[in-house]
Amino acid sequence: MTRAFSDSDLRSRAWAAASAVVDPEIPVLTIVDLGVLRDVRVEDGAVEVFITPTYSGCPAMDMIAIEVGLALEQAGFRAPKVTRVLSPAWTTDWITEEGKAKLERFGIAPPNGKAGRRALFGQERVTCPQCGSQETSRISEFGSTPCKALYRCTACAEPFDYFKCI
Amino acid sequence: MTNDTPLFLHTLRLADDALVLGHRLSEWCGHAPVLEEDLALGNMALDLIGQARSLYAYAGQLEARGRDEDTLAYRRDAGEYRNVLLVEQPNGDFAVTILRQLLYAACAHPYFEALTSSKDATLGAIAAKSAKELAYHVRHAGEWTIRLGDGTEESHRRAQQALDDLWPYTGEMFETDDIERALIEAGVAVDRAGVRPRWQRTLVPILAEANLQLPAGDWMQSGGRAGRHSEHLGHILAELQFLQRAYPGARW
Repeated sequence: MTRAFSDSDLRSRAWAAASAVVDPEIPVLTIVDLGVLRDVRVEDGAVEVFITPTYSGCPAMDMIAIEVGLALEQAGFRAPKVTRVLSPAWTTDWITEEGKAKLERFGIAPPNGKAGRRALFGQERVTCPQCGSQETSRISEFGSTPCKALYRCTACAEPFDYFKCI
Repeated sequence: MTNDTPLFLHTLRLADDALVLGHRLSEWCGHAPVLEEDLALGNMALDLIGQARSLYAYAGQLEARGRDEDTLAYRRDAGEYRNVLLVEQPNGDFAVTILRQLLYAACAHPYFEALTSSKDATLGAIAAKSAKELAYHVRHAGEWTIRLGDGTEESHRRAQQALDDLWPYTGEMFETDDIERALIEAGVAVDRAGVRPRWQRTLVPILAEANLQLPAGDWMQSGGRAGRHSEHLGHILAELQFLQRAYPGARW
């Protein structure tokens, strides 16, 4: 029997379907913008998608895995497999430039600079996504989701989320 | 036949530490002194429980007896848990929780950083993720230790009391036994004794800035790694495991 599509055609279709899935907590970002979608493989018509968690305990991961599976089924794939990979570990450097611009437009300050070791008590300079001022201060290291910290802007007096570097 | 290989037991110890402390922090949900701390403690609980999930899943694979992460967490009794006694100590007041968090995270952070270069690729990957998260835990606990220790007379008294009470449980974090010695020699596990100087380098300046006295006593309590726990662990498990004990295999 000849197959209508080659594995590489199927891979493109699977990638397109998986890459449209958005983060349930930050719906302006796709899992490609976030750097959570690592790879899509198709072998003899069977598809396997590899995703990586942002934080070990991020509850959005289970949701994303379900949504990826559903998106693939809707694209016509049977019994798609979604596999979690941990290595190399996700850092905020995996967020694309486009993803960072989308975050800022959404009112979340994107991660500032490269991930990596910081002085334990160093404060990060964060720009207010509302008014662009750098006169901001941290309210709390931990915010509404594991990836965000809570900041306030002393120029425009608005509180905002900061996608913290990890 | 038993599949209790050193690597399985080692992975289980790391997982149990993370789960029990994560559960303790989750008990603060809705009870923290301010909203920001409710979120912070909840977030750190999630980090730890997430780390535990990855470690239990790997332990289950290593053991190869069909136990998955849920079975390992929900279907073992207190005597089968291998966490250090420090993490099962009750939350007490906010100072106790913060000091316990500082003592643990200041050790776990350099430990997992070193484990990143483990010859076991899966442990290395889990460690890389965990170390990044634990850096935030150290910073959070450090800042609060300074605020409490260098705060009012009352907050200082409570922070010092918490440190004195928890101190005898710190030695166990640096113990190495035969199970781990072979893994250390093989480059799979990290020598815990080697982590102690880094733990002290983090701790000493924070306690100094907080005006807290490093406890002088060197008598240390241990037993957790061998399954000899305080009475607190049974109470934790009663809550943690109730649903799966009452309705085995329940899902939603």
